Amino acid sequence: MEKNIALIALFAAVIAALGLIPKITLGFGVPITAQTLGVMLCGTVLGARRGTLSVLLFLLLVAIGLPLLSGGRGGLGAFATPSAGFLLGWPIGAFVTGFIVEKWRGAPLGVVATVAAIIGSILVMYVFGIAGLAIALDKSLSEAAFLVLVFVPGDVIKAVIAGLLTAALFKSRPASVLSRYDG
Amino acid sequence: MISLSSPVKTRAHDWPAGMKLAGLCAATIVLFFIENLALHAGILVAVAGVYLSAGALFFKAGLRQLRVLWPFLVIVAIWHIWTGETQQGAVILLRLLSALALANLVTMTTRLSDMIDVVRLLTRPLAKLGLNPAALDMAIALVIRLTPVLAQKGSNLTQAWRARSQHKPSWRILLPFTILALDDADHVAQALRARGGFSPLKDP
Repeated sequence: MEKNIALIALFAAVIAALGLIPKITLGFGVPITAQTLGVMLCGTVLGARRGTLSVLLFLLLVAIGLPLLSGGRGGLGAFATPSAGFLLGWPIGAFVTGFIVEKWRGAPLGVVATVAAIIGSILVMYVFGIAGLAIALDKSLSEAAFLVLVFVPGDVIKAVIAGLLTAALFKSRPASVLSRYDG
Repeated sequence: MISLSSPVKTRAHDWPAGMKLAGLCAATIVLFFIENLALHAGILVAVAGVYLSAGALFFKAGLRQLRVLWPFLVIVAIWHIWTGETQQGAVILLRLLSALALANLVTMTTRLSDMIDVVRLLTRPLAKLGLNPAALDMAIALVIRLTPVLAQKGSNLTQAWRARSQHKPSWRILLPFTILALDDADHVAQALRARGGFSPLKDP
């Protein structure tokens, strides 16, 4: 119980800290925040249920007014911008990511976690994000999708990093990778 | 860590937080059903008036927080000038500004402690589903305390990297960073258990 709460709180803090540390250059010009990497890690490391709780805890703290989103944003306003759909997709994305990592045991963890992050944290999140944009900007779904396509390559790189990190974490701290630890 | 509440104390700080949140929900829904340009312009002027009534400092702080919208405003403006549906574009722009300004207004005039009270009230029914209120309180406090700790550890790692390499820190730095976080979680869990944890001994 205590370990679960500590890990859930810690990963919420990891998402926040990834928004504070200086931007990590990934080699090409599209500006990306590392925070969705934190969401992916919540799913791949903590698993579906605890990963979702961790993301929900983070969003709760943002909503009650802490400036935890990258660039020091936060408060209820974060949920009133056109990109709020992505935030609402975070917990569901983390859930799907964690669910895939928990159930799919037939391949190396790094591969499983990467694929899980692409499906859960890119596909699912973009569905919510694009729907949110379409509603807020009063555009069709395909027009809204066109606006965010530029962010997909950066997110795929983040998914690969999440996969590599998860495999390395499982080697060094197996008892803390709850999505795979059955002890 | 600072919260986003306003530097200026206003009358609205004393209003019940739950009422402000309910009002915000209702206002946002109404905003999305209004399609009349003049009405939207009137609403935005009224919102600006509310900000101004709390003083110039408050107004400026509110204006600063609207800056996150500029990429969307530019996209919508270009799009609708291109398609010629300028009236519809103006409605969208005004609606975006009013919705965000109203949401920020609630955050700026509500203390963190009042917000946490609302969270406690709203999550009370979840206790029946197994959510431990003490655990939620502790988790909120832990995140607030641990975020600056983790950020500090991250910047220490970055400095150590810089001292050893000519290249900029790459994503590889994230592995020691997440391992530090996992170890911190172990220490926190031990400390929580040592202090009685979340399943206290029942009275005989």
